[in-house]
Amino acid sequence: MSDSETNIVAPMVGKVVNILVKEGDEVEENDPVVTLEAMKIEMPVVTPTSGTVTEINVSPGDVVEADTVLIVIE
Amino acid sequence: MTELLEKLVNSIGLLHVSVGNIVMMLVGAGMIYLAIRREMEPYELLPIGFGIILANLPLTRLMDLGSLDKTQVTGILGVFFHFTLYKWNILPPLIFLCIGAMTDFGPLIANPKMLLLGAAAQIGVFVSFFLALALFGFNIAEACAIGIIGGADGPTTIYTSAVLARNILPATAAAAYTYMALVAFIQPPIMLALTTKKERQIKMKQMRHVSKTEKILFPMLGSIVIILLVPMSAPLVGMLMFGNLLRESGVVGRLTHTAQNELMNIVTIVLMICIGASMSAERMLETRTMMILGLGLLAFCCGSAGGILLAKFMNLFSKDKINPLIGSAGVSAVPMAARISQIMGQKEDPRNFLLMHAMGPNVAGVIGSAVAAGVFIALANS
Repeated sequence: MSDSETNIVAPMVGKVVNILVKEGDEVEENDPVVTLEAMKIEMPVVTPTSGTVTEINVSPGDVVEADTVLIVIE
Repeated sequence: MTELLEKLVNSIGLLHVSVGNIVMMLVGAGMIYLAIRREMEPYELLPIGFGIILANLPLTRLMDLGSLDKTQVTGILGVFFHFTLYKWNILPPLIFLCIGAMTDFGPLIANPKMLLLGAAAQIGVFVSFFLALALFGFNIAEACAIGIIGGADGPTTIYTSAVLARNILPATAAAAYTYMALVAFIQPPIMLALTTKKERQIKMKQMRHVSKTEKILFPMLGSIVIILLVPMSAPLVGMLMFGNLLRESGVVGRLTHTAQNELMNIVTIVLMICIGASMSAERMLETRTMMILGLGLLAFCCGSAGGILLAKFMNLFSKDKINPLIGSAGVSAVPMAARISQIMGQKEDPRNFLLMHAMGPNVAGVIGSAVAAGVFIALANS
């Protein structure tokens, strides 16, 4: 992973409900990129930096552990 | 002939509807509205609301107990209510069994300090208890049943009222479920008032991993320790921990599944419509009900505040800071109260995820209110 890449990880165990971005999308800091569900509550996962989405590692319905890489941003 | 006609006319329910009945039916309709349109606690408010409407239709005999000697108009709700609540009081512990099967105590095991927040949130229980006893003229058993509303746990409230103060059960249950449904309106102002922006932005350390062995040992050791200390909490705590052991054992998937789904749903249907049906105008529309609603709300608010304040207090000594927003989740109301912590935290910082941290005090609150109920029952029964 080069220095300019940022991994967006799952903040907690949960189910991926929605991917809000596509590969190649430009995102701004604090944009929601994934909707995660846990305890029947949907929460937006936001990006810590602005950049371009280069990789999407999960799909809706996936159950992810905490710290799973969801999306990579460059 | 005229006599027969008179009888026929008198059997028309419409002629017997009181203003009180209409008021209560509107309350029931209001609950159904909240459940359907606002999706607030629909699993509880919808059946309760319809139960209220049924209970306030005159001449139905729905709450009649029936007689063993002859078949007659069945008081279906009365039979459920009398046997499963008043006589045996088994529905609340059964719900606890199901809740146990649905609850992951992991966040509490990972951070046992959270037990203190769950305990602090029980302060509301005791505040309302003393007020009800000292200022509002309730007897000790009634005061216990009123106080427990502050535990924000429906089954515990019902259980305690059924044991100690049947006459006010409809009012305490109404208070508990209404406030739980309104937790999203009651808690946020308290949370904002008692915390600074900086505190609300505290990011908590990622929780440690909890092993399977720990999760299996927790319900076993937990129930032994708690029940040895507070024996009267056994029906609730014992069932809760039993349900949890089913879940964590990993070897009885079918039982766990049934407890989480079919059993939970069946018990919920029966319990909730019975609770609604107990709320007839003559039992609800009196000044004491208003006092109970008021004291219940106070208990709820004090409980939320208690958890937040203790979290702030613990931060004075602890290296790993606690975001005080999770303190209010110490009133049980699982998982709504934890959800409020998450939402309030993410509002201050979109990258802050408090949900799992808030589940710690949240599940501790379930245990806390069941223990408080056990203490009260022991006190009031002695």
